Parts: sequence; C-alpha cells; structure tokens
Amino acid sequence: MGKKILLEHINKPGIKSYEIYRQNGGYNSVEKALKELKPADIVEEVKKSGLRGRGGAGFPAGMKWSFIDKKSGNPRYLVCNADESEPGTFKDRYLMEFIPHLLIEGMITSCIALESNLGFIYIRGEYKWIKKILEQAIAEARAAGWLGHNILGTGYSLDLIVHPGAGAYICGEETALLESLEGKRGNPRMKPPFPAVKGLYGNPTVVNNVETIASVPWIINNGGDAYSKIGIGRSTGTKLISACGNINKPGVYEIELGLPVDEFLNSEEYCGGIKDGKMLKAVVAGGSSVPILPAELFYKTKKGEPRLMSYESLSDGGFESGTMLGSGGFIVYDEDQCIVRNTWNFSRFYHHESCGQCSPCREGTGWMEKVLHNLENGHGKMSDIDLLWDIQKKIDGNTICPLGDAAAWPVASAIRHFREEFEWHVEHAQEAQKRNYGLLKSTKEYFSALVV
Amino acid sequence: MLAVKTNKPIILTEEIQNKIREVIEQYPEGKSKSALLPVLHIVQDENAGWLSVEAMDKVAELMKLRPIEVYEVATFYSMYNLKPVGRFLLEVCHTGPCAIRKGEWLIDYLKKKLRINVGETTADGLFTLKTVECLGACGYAPMMQVGEYYYEFLETPEKVDKLLDDFRMKGFNKN
Repeated sequence: MGKKILLEHINKPGIKSYEIYRQNGGYNSVEKALKELKPADIVEEVKKSGLRGRGGAGFPAGMKWSFIDKKSGNPRYLVCNADESEPGTFKDRYLMEFIPHLLIEGMITSCIALESNLGFIYIRGEYKWIKKILEQAIAEARAAGWLGHNILGTGYSLDLIVHPGAGAYICGEETALLESLEGKRGNPRMKPPFPAVKGLYGNPTVVNNVETIASVPWIINNGGDAYSKIGIGRSTGTKLISACGNINKPGVYEIELGLPVDEFLNSEEYCGGIKDGKMLKAVVAGGSSVPILPAELFYKTKKGEPRLMSYESLSDGGFESGTMLGSGGFIVYDEDQCIVRNTWNFSRFYHHESCGQCSPCREGTGWMEKVLHNLENGHGKMSDIDLLWDIQKKIDGNTICPLGDAAAWPVASAIRHFREEFEWHVEHAQEAQKRNYGLLKSTKEYFSALVV
Repeated sequence: MLAVKTNKPIILTEEIQNKIREVIEQYPEGKSKSALLPVLHIVQDENAGWLSVEAMDKVAELMKLRPIEVYEVATFYSMYNLKPVGRFLLEVCHTGPCAIRKGEWLIDYLKKKLRINVGETTADGLFTLKTVECLGACGYAPMMQVGEYYYEFLETPEKVDKLLDDFRMKGFNKN
C-alpha cells in the first residue's frame, strides 16, 4: 500500500460529516496556521513541500502563491478550480463528494496564507449535488467557528462562496474561469497581467485546483519537508489518478508519485489489468489533451527504462516518445479500440468547447473534426493525413490559451504513433464505412503487431 | 442558436425572488453581475428547464443588466437550454472515455427505444435526448445526467429500460 494523504480517512464511516472529520484531526491545520504560523511561513512550507499544481500544468503551488501582489492593498482572492472537465478526469468530484471538509479546510488554510478574506469554489454546473454537499460543509464549518468573523478570536475573517459554472470546458482555464465568475462568457484573457496581479475584479487572485488545495492541510500539519520526502525527485507527494477505459477496476486511486506504470495498470490494488483479458493498445495518461502513447512506449521510455507515474518519467522523450502526467485522467484502450475514431471523438470535443476567440482554434478544431470524420467513415484521402498534421501545427502555440494546444496534441500524437491506422482507413474505405463501435476483426489482425 | 419568444411573461414567486436576491447578495458590493450564472440556473429550473427570451429579459431586469449581457452569456454555456425540453432531459455523455465503454451504444439504444433523434422530444413531452461532452464520470461509463443526478454503468438494455420506466412513473404521478 502506498502512502495515503488525501484519502487517508476516506473509508471511515461518516467522514463526510463535520464531527467525524474533526475527530480525525480535521481543521487542525487552520488552528496551526492562525495561532502558530505567519502567512509567509505557510507559503514557505508549501514551497518546501514541492507541491505542484494538480490541475494539469504541474506549476509549483508555493511559487504561484508567492507571486500574489500583497503590496497594492487591494483585496486578494483564492479561487478553487473545481470545473473538472478534462475527459478522463473525475478525481476532484470524488474528493468533494466523499470528503468535502478536506477542501474546505484547505481553502481556509490557503486563504490565511494569502491573507485573503474571500474565497470562491468554482464548481462545474453539472455537479449539482456536489455543490449542495459543499454548501452543507461550509455551513457546518461556519457553525463550528472556522469561517465567518473573527475566527478563533484571532481577528481574521473569511467567507467562502460556491459558484456554479454552466457547462463550458474552457472555464477550467484560469482566466476564462475568472471571466465566468464575473458573470461573463468564458473567454480567456491575455497574459500578462497574470491573475496574481490582476485577477478577479482586477484584484490579485490565486487560482488552484481542488486537489492542490486539499493537499495543503497535510503539508501544514506535517511540514513541507515531510511532504517533499514522499514521491520521487521533483514529483513530490501523492496524486489522485482517475482510471477509466478498458480496465477491470475503473475508479479514483491515490498513488505515491513514482509508482511504476506497470504496477498501476496491472496490479489488483489499482486498475486490475485490461478488461476481458484483452491486450493493451494505447494509453492516454493525463486527460484527453496529452499525447496518446502506444503500449510499448507507455511501459518503457525510448531509452528502455521502465516508465513511472511521475511528471518527469511520463514526459521523458518529449512529445516524440513521451506524454504528460496532466490532470491524472488515465484512459486505457484495449486492442479493439479504433485510434482514428477516438481522435475524431476528441477533435469534436475540442471543436465544441473552443470559445471562438482565436481564429486558429475556432477554425482549426472544426476543420480537424471534419477531416477526421471523413477518414473515420471511409471518405478520406491519403493527403488528409498530412493536412491534419499541417492544421494541428498551425494551432499549437498560436492561441491565447492552451485549449488550442490541447486540441492539437492528441491529433499529432495519434498520427505520430498510429499513422498506419489512418492509412488503413483510406485504403480500406468500404470496410471503414461498415465498422461499428470498435475495430473490425480484419483490422485487428492488421494491427496486432502494434499491440503489447 | 436563436432564442425563442413565447410572448408569455415570466412570473417568479416571492420565494424564488428571495432566493435570487440571496444569491446576488453573496458577492462583493458592486459585483452583483457575478451572480448571473447561478441566477440563470434558478430561473431555468423554474421555467420548465429552459430559457425563453422573456425568461432572459426577466433576469436582466432583476439583475439590472442590459438584456444583451444576459443573452451573450446564456448562448455561451451549454447547460442553458434555449428551446423547450421534455420533463426529463436525458443528457448522455458521448466523449472518448464513455464512447469506448458502450457510450455510443447507449445513445443508439435510447434513440430506438424513444423513437427520437438526438435533440428531439418524445410526443408525450416526457423525454428529450441530448448528447453532451464529458461529465466527469469516465470510470462509471456509460452514463447520463437527468436533472440533478448522474445515472452510471448503464451498460445493459435492462438497466436503461428500468430507468426510463422509473421516470415515466414519476412523470405520471406529477400529472
């Protein structure tokens, strides 16, 4: 059993309630933060811990906090990004649904560090029942004196607001989220200025993912050094991985960073291997945006080293032969899955979710979707494959926010690693037209060489 | 998508108006526009699950916004329905992780079973079928959202049939 930090108490009956949570040491970090530490000390502990943003980018959380402008005297805000909508990712939902007080405690401790008196939890609109769970937890915390005016008699005051989104993937991007929180369309802002200087309502703001904030109480209770000793290298601590696709045991797992991917995918403790005894074809290791890897490159890096679940190991080899840990959305594809169909599906997603602000993304995502739809349905041409490559290249890096890159990478990696499958769809147009849901038997034989 | 005019004014009960006021008052002074998304959710729920032009105008009036500020937001977010929907809006996820675990089958099955296409409503006004992008239930596929809740692991006809029957019962009871 690996180290558990976030899910240490998840199986205790009643942990959702304030009383049981408190009995298990809940809210101790708030007391320590208010009575024993200065805000700068809290930031220092989080810096020492090496905790990296768990939303996908992996930016050091303590460093992000230290950028917040405390000199201007303007109100500062902490905004929790609970807009979880990266395909393959359902970890934040698990935390908020089953141990909601952990996020509330993390919000309070983090707000103390940032010297903020108002925090927001921006939760995706579809999680309607979870919004109620969080509101209930906030009410309980307030009744117990952890929120409101003059907390623990220290003179510090804090309020938290749960704010629902309304169905827009783009609002997971931090500046789009802030626009949305201001009651506008979710169009990302140009950076700089960064939110730490000009964020919500033009005031200094930090935006952190649910899991990042939920990791703060443990760090404050046990110290940043203790946290930094868990994990491997610069991938410190634990990470929630939401595993899905063709595996025996889909679900949310907390792993110590550095766990071998083989163990994560095949051991009974985690995913339990590929469903129905099938073979592994490919893995998307960190949410739909990250490059897809064929089985052999997933298990081993190009240099032949076994791959680990860590920021560094998964990205070993760059995009040529590696991928990213991303949000921890772990999607597994068995031998029956069609890569062209999956790439088309993801392209449709990004086309649907593009906010339309930047031309390369607005036009490019729709174009890629159409070309992929043609290929998938047996109406493609060989030149379409190069065309797709060309379009994705022109989107990547040419948009205000990373949605453009996120739309380009799955297409690029699918062509890079599975070009033969795209060609097959052109050469066998009639068969491609007949295919339903999964791959055709004949296709499977053709691709058996690619499967591990 | 074009908004639909009904020429019927929206009347909100005192209770709902108070609820809206409470939501607005949460936000810092002078930042009441922040409440637009939650207020649209409340009004949509009150207006049979969709937003007519009149409903959006009502929100503009309550929040002291120009109507265009409401329209541009309501048309941006996929959860706001700009045309009437059935009593039960079946929002089926069709994104990758669901698609590779019978998500596509679920949509086809619902189409056949309800004899409607995606985007249509059954003649009895009970069901509207809608496909949506990733709802964050990838490990519990195939799934759909109906109202407040998620219905997951809908991988067999029996499970889907039972769920539809339950909704029908609820629908009849209300009438």
